[in-house]
Order: sequence, then structure tokens, then C-alpha cells
Amino acid sequence: MTRVVVLDYGSGNLRSAQRALHRAGAEVVVSADVDAALNADGLVVPGVGAFAACMAGLRAVRGDRIIGRRLAGGRPVLGICVGMQVLFSRGVEHGVQTDGCGEWPGTVERLKADVLPHMGWNTVAPPAGSWLFAGLDPDARFYFVHSYAARRWELESSGLLTPPLVTWAEHGEQFVAAVENGPLWATQFHPEKSGDAGAQLLRNWIETL
Amino acid sequence: MAVAVRVIPCLDVDAGRVVKGVNFTALRDAGDPVELATAYDAQGADELTFLDITASAGDRETTYDVVRRTAECVFIPLTVGGGIREVADVDRLLRAGADKVSINTAAVARPELLREASRRFGAQCIVLSVDARRVPLGEPPTPSGFEVTTHGGRRGTGIDAVDWAARGQELGVGEILLNSMDADGTKAGFDLEMISAVRAVVTVPVIASGGAGEVGHFPPAVAAGADAVLAASVFHFGQLRIGEVKDGLRQAGVTVR
Repeated sequence: MTRVVVLDYGSGNLRSAQRALHRAGAEVVVSADVDAALNADGLVVPGVGAFAACMAGLRAVRGDRIIGRRLAGGRPVLGICVGMQVLFSRGVEHGVQTDGCGEWPGTVERLKADVLPHMGWNTVAPPAGSWLFAGLDPDARFYFVHSYAARRWELESSGLLTPPLVTWAEHGEQFVAAVENGPLWATQFHPEKSGDAGAQLLRNWIETL
Repeated sequence: MAVAVRVIPCLDVDAGRVVKGVNFTALRDAGDPVELATAYDAQGADELTFLDITASAGDRETTYDVVRRTAECVFIPLTVGGGIREVADVDRLLRAGADKVSINTAAVARPELLREASRRFGAQCIVLSVDARRVPLGEPPTPSGFEVTTHGGRRGTGIDAVDWAARGQELGVGEILLNSMDADGTKAGFDLEMISAVRAVVTVPVIASGGAGEVGHFPPAVAAGADAVLAASVFHFGQLRIGEVKDGLRQAGVTVR
């Protein structure tokens, strides 16, 4: 059975992520143990709340290094919500800039929209060939709750590597809703809270592990 | 494409059992919250809300158990409100599996609680629940004409309900649950003026609650500015199904899931 570790660094409702991944067919452990996190078939990096608080929590369990070491070895990592945001170079909240893990260039900033947080079920526009959204209806909706996002995708595609697959969504303006980039995948929405559509997406990820 | 208007059933939970009273007085017992939550999920509910009306502290442990068991089998967001006094209560509910916690009376008594909870857990999981009514004749008016009540609508506070919603946003809440105590239980429709008045002063999502009695009541609430609509008894006693409400909204041109 595919073994997944949900990285426990004190952020959010880990139980939901654990249950949803289990339902999608994985054996799931919630842990901050470095060896467990390095050796799992897949690592989920959850995250809710403030960018700076998540980054501090992540560093406290050496999560940034765990992510880096896994990716260096081509081992899959899935970031969810703020767990996706911290993969970028930096986040700016309330005028304060915080360094992220820097796996992707770019800044996570406040969306320009009439109503924030962007809270509720929205559609997404995946690119052709997406694995993450395979088998999902184009009208499928996913549960978002966030005020900040990557409003641009800045990673240049190099000829040597498979280009990243970037999925966009819109709330007031366009933002990055999901990324599939080699072993590093992420969603701005919460698949663990997105009912059947979210379960399908998690199954799609688990099948690649 | 836009974010869908959410349709949210609310379950009133007392010592682990679901109840719903008309105007919060005559209570009727109607089942197991986990079973009902699963049924609402299957019907297409976009979120679930539990309002814990358990009176005694000793019975509150059953609430955490209900939240835990619900989070095990329902994969849509769950908000829990009722009886939250301090940051530690928020922490306990989030750990049990709640995605959001709604705070009502304790915030009226001590508004800083909202800031503390929002700073610690993030705005996205703190909901300010406002039980509001039109100021009764003969009592001192508020600028908006609406006031905050406590004790299930029985006690007026003299605090302007619209100002209070705006203050909640300043203090860091991520959402306003606006419950009209005049309309609650009447099944005569939402208080549209109240929704518009609050919508005009906040940029966080507004959930309209109180007064839903038929499918046709929901689109005007959205037109008045609600990002989500919440109802209890009409869903609970099967008078309306979630799907019917969504069909009605869709026909009115509202985006739903």
C-alpha cells in the first residue's frame, strides 16, 4: 500500500487531510519525524493561517529541508493551501515580507477582489495533459479559502526539463490554483474538503506515487 | 466563472443530539448529527454548520466527539459555533476536526477574543456570528436600526449590529454569519435590508441566516449581498432539499455548485 506522511508542524486540520487521503487509498501517518517524512512514498505539506506562522512552524520541524531533500531525490511532495504558498520564494502579508522555501520563484500576495477571503467552491482551468485533474469534469468545483495567492507564474521552462503544468483559477483576478512540476505538486484549494472531486484528485496523486 | 454561492444547512446540537427550535424556544429532537451531516453532504450541501446549544459544561465533551466523528466521514467544510468562550475552546474544536469556529456572545462581551483567535489560527477559520434584530419600538434606536442581541435573541445589547459586523472584520474575522432574530423561525423570508446594510460595510463573506421558508426566499438574499445562505429547520424537517434550493438559485441566475 502507498505510504503517505502528512507533515505535522502544528498547522490546521490535519485530521481531515489524513482521512481524505486514507479514503483515496493511501496508508497515512501524521508525523513530523524526519525519517518518516523522507522515506514516505508521498509527503503532504498542509497549511492554513498566516504565511509567516506556517513558515516558522515548518522551519521548526526542518520541513523546508525535508522538502528540499525529497525533491532532490525526485520524491513526490504535495503542498496544500498555505502548504503550496510556502513553496514560493516569498509571501507578503500585511506589508511584511517572509521568505518561503524558494522551490519556485515568485511572490504570494493579497488578491485584488471585492470579497476576501476567497471562500467557497470554484472552478479551475487545468492545462492539457494534467495528471492531477485527470478524469475530472471541467465544471468540477474545489473548496478554496484564502486571501493570498501567486498571481503570476514566474518559473521559466528550460528545454531540458518537462515544463510545469500550471492550473489557473479566478477570484477578482487570475491566480495559480495548482501546479504539477516534476515531483512537486500543489493545490491552492483544499482537496481534502472538496468532496468527491477532491477525492478523485487525491487518488490521481496517489496513483503516481 | 465565479465562486459559487454556498448553501449551508445548520444543525443545532444539544448533548450530542440534533434539535431545532422555532424561535429557539420549543425544541424538537430529530436525530444523530453525524448521520444528518452525511445525508446533507450527499444532498450537495456546500458546508455544514453545527450550533452547539449544550447548556452544561459536562455535556460539552459530547460535542467534541460529534465533531470528531463528523470529520471522519464528511469531506466538506464544517463550522462549529456555540459556547465558545476563549481561545482554548477554538483550539479544541479545530483539533477535533472543525474547519471554522463561529463566535457570538463571548465576542460581544470581549471583542479582543476575535483578534486573538484570528491571529493565532488565521482569519479563514474565525466566523463572527451576529444575532441581530430591528430595535423594538420604545427602545433607544441604533444608527442602522439593527441591534446585536444575546441569549438567543431575547436580550438586546444596544450595540449597532452593522457597526459590530464592521468591527468584527477589523478585528480579523474571515466571515460574518448574520442571523436575523426577527425572521428566525418565521419561514417568511430573510431580512433583506439587514443583509444589504451589513454587505455595504464589510468585504469578508456574509452568510445570511434566519427566515428561509421556501425556495423563492433564497435568490433575494443573494441579490441583497449574501455570499452564502444558511437554514436549519426547512432542511431538517425535509420541507426543502438542498438540491431544490440550488435549482431555484440557478434558475435565478446565481452560480451554485
